[in-house]
Amino acid sequence: MYPSRFHYEAPRTLDEAFEAIQAYGDEAKILAGGMSLIPLIKLRFAAPACIVDINNIPGLDYHEEEGGSLRIGALCRHRTLERSSLLRNNYPVMYATAPLIADPMVRNRGTLVGSICHADPQGDWASVMLSLGGEIIARNAEGRERTIPVSEFVVGPFQNSLQTGEIAVAARVPAAQGTRKGTYLKLERRVGDFATVGVAINLEMSGGTVNRAGIALTGVGSNNIKCTSAEQALAGKSLNSSTIDQAARLAAEASEPKSDVRGSAEYKRHIVYTFVQRGLSSREARAA
Amino acid sequence: MEERRINVVVNGEPKSVDVEPRILLAHFLREVLGLTGTHIGCDTTNCGVCTVLVDGLPMKSCTMFAVMTDGHEVTTVEGLGMPSELHPIQQGFREEHGLQCGFCTPGMMLASKAILDENPNPTEEEVRWGLAGNLCRCTGYQNIVKAVLWAAEKMRSEGGAYVLGGRSRR
Repeated sequence: MYPSRFHYEAPRTLDEAFEAIQAYGDEAKILAGGMSLIPLIKLRFAAPACIVDINNIPGLDYHEEEGGSLRIGALCRHRTLERSSLLRNNYPVMYATAPLIADPMVRNRGTLVGSICHADPQGDWASVMLSLGGEIIARNAEGRERTIPVSEFVVGPFQNSLQTGEIAVAARVPAAQGTRKGTYLKLERRVGDFATVGVAINLEMSGGTVNRAGIALTGVGSNNIKCTSAEQALAGKSLNSSTIDQAARLAAEASEPKSDVRGSAEYKRHIVYTFVQRGLSSREARAA
Repeated sequence: MEERRINVVVNGEPKSVDVEPRILLAHFLREVLGLTGTHIGCDTTNCGVCTVLVDGLPMKSCTMFAVMTDGHEVTTVEGLGMPSELHPIQQGFREEHGLQCGFCTPGMMLASKAILDENPNPTEEEVRWGLAGNLCRCTGYQNIVKAVLWAAEKMRSEGGAYVLGGRSRR
């Protein structure tokens, strides 16, 4: 399939990228991994007048901790996160998610920041970032940075709250209140498929007590769902069969699944319950 | 019509070509360079048939614009080995009957190369995860996995770096 014609810019600096998008305004699209954007352009669901390919801008392919928080650059690929010892040690929900994103070729190219910008309701990373209290850092041509919680960044299916002229330069995960435990459970029809149901669980614990819980769902609503009441049911508590059951029930109630080719609404809601219960009961979650 | 000059090394040979930005890497390889070993299957980023190596990593050439390879290295199945000097992965696919219709084979072999570059001694499970993005419509996965394991053993026993495209030893 041939995309419609577009003007192509391959800036070497962020300043050059801002110049390019200023010239085209809303008609410009940023191209990072391209694993969602290029299929959309090929199918002509999108036909941007200008594509600004940021892959040649140095300094965006990183993920590092600073002052206790984690910052992930706009060109950090899923592949890097999949192999990250930093994630393995400190961000279990992210480390569990990375190898479940699409397939190896997509992971070699696609980026976490781009995935969240794309705001596909089936995207796994947005749920993960919701569970972690994550944020997107948007920069404008004047160099002013705006920090937007992912809960406010994703405003609808395939819609984010970037303003014209802004570029999402990084994602940020704030410092944990205690030790992070957690996992990501994903049911898929076959390897590499979008989630039938995905459940992100992030617990920040001291000893056996949950200081802060993050639970978010993929594939069971018109957007990723943050399960606020289930999170509150765990805060300040220890994990036992009663608190786990209560959180799992509240999460299932928060889901808004629709019956489709991947399963009935009832089935998906049941899987949400099972995954929250399983995730909170797992050794990864409970080993304090 | 807008065109851009790109400088890309394909199978060890530097190329300097003007391309329209909307031309996909898969079309560039097949129609501009005549390297028809790269097949196009689903054309929707699902099947992995069009897989090539970009700077050594497998990528879906239907989901990259050719202009994005400016300054990079691309390896297609033609660069893996020649009929006179097959790469061990190609030998493995022959020895273990790792193909039926052959349509997915180039992508399978390039994905396999990346698996073995990173992990010379993979388990069967690791091979299967590594090939998770490559679909075989004949569903001949059993022998494909055997072929990769055959190649892994052969490469370990010979302990050497392999010639890509019979050109440069690295």
